[in-house]
Amino acid sequence: MKPKFGVVVFPGSNCDHDAYYSVKKILNYDAEFLWHKENDLKNSDVIILPGGFSYGDYLRTGAIARFSPIMNSVIEFANNGGIVIGICNGFQILLEAGLLPGTMQQNESLKFICEDVHISVQNKNTIFTKAIDNDTLKIPIAHGEGNYFADDDTLKLLEDNDQIVFKYSSKDNDTDVIYNPNGSKLNIAGITNKNKNVLGMMPHPERSCDPILRKTDGQKIFKSIAENIFN
Amino acid sequence: MYKATVIVKRRPKILDPQGKAAEQGAKLLGFNNVSKTRIGKYIEFFVNTQNIEDAEKEVKEYSEKLLTNPIMEDFEFKIEKAE
Repeated sequence: MKPKFGVVVFPGSNCDHDAYYSVKKILNYDAEFLWHKENDLKNSDVIILPGGFSYGDYLRTGAIARFSPIMNSVIEFANNGGIVIGICNGFQILLEAGLLPGTMQQNESLKFICEDVHISVQNKNTIFTKAIDNDTLKIPIAHGEGNYFADDDTLKLLEDNDQIVFKYSSKDNDTDVIYNPNGSKLNIAGITNKNKNVLGMMPHPERSCDPILRKTDGQKIFKSIAENIFN
Repeated sequence: MYKATVIVKRRPKILDPQGKAAEQGAKLLGFNNVSKTRIGKYIEFFVNTQNIEDAEKEVKEYSEKLLTNPIMEDFEFKIEKAE
């Protein structure tokens, strides 16, 4: 059975088509766009909050998108165990919506960073990572505000509950701070909620799916979801 | 009708990369007495309520729910009668 991915489109989303293309045309799953002013998730099995600059990043990244009508449905879906993946701006929206803990700050360098990075898969017991056989993935980042921040108590909870799924690393799985591109606490590149059904990640798996780009590690995350969602 | 001004500040313990960058510029310009630069936001708007208590309540809620992120920001506000 094919899972259906619902890709939410906010004004200012710009990775919505990449996400749709990757899951539908490359991986051959069902996919449908969901306009942010609607409430209906159209029977999606997985919700993708894509990257971009929703509402121009005005006020704070994700702060206004978080109140779009569709987010009520997404929050309800997530609270009932539905699978949600927020990528880049989607991660920022999940933080503002309170579906994930913490917040994003500007990159320590103040620069927008667009490059391939390696991330270490820290927890392979989530639906997003079960089918990943490698210890690291090569996936691009493209953000100005990916500097993950949470207070020490929250960071400890994330560690204790194995919610830190991806950390910036070398290609050999070294998570030393020198491989941290943006100043994120604990090299965090992706976290889940406590129930492990909501993932937020700054790297863009949808931009590393098409073999023509000569990098396909992003496929592994979508495949992992698809292979495990109906089990 | 009341006019509200809200000042949003980053919590003192939270790193402010923008403030840090501005201060590096200050040093380059020779402002050697300057320290601890922090950059926040200034927001103003009108509130159409009958009395100042209602206006305060609305400004506080708006600030808490949307204008600030309680994880890293604090705010203070001022309300004055608008003509």
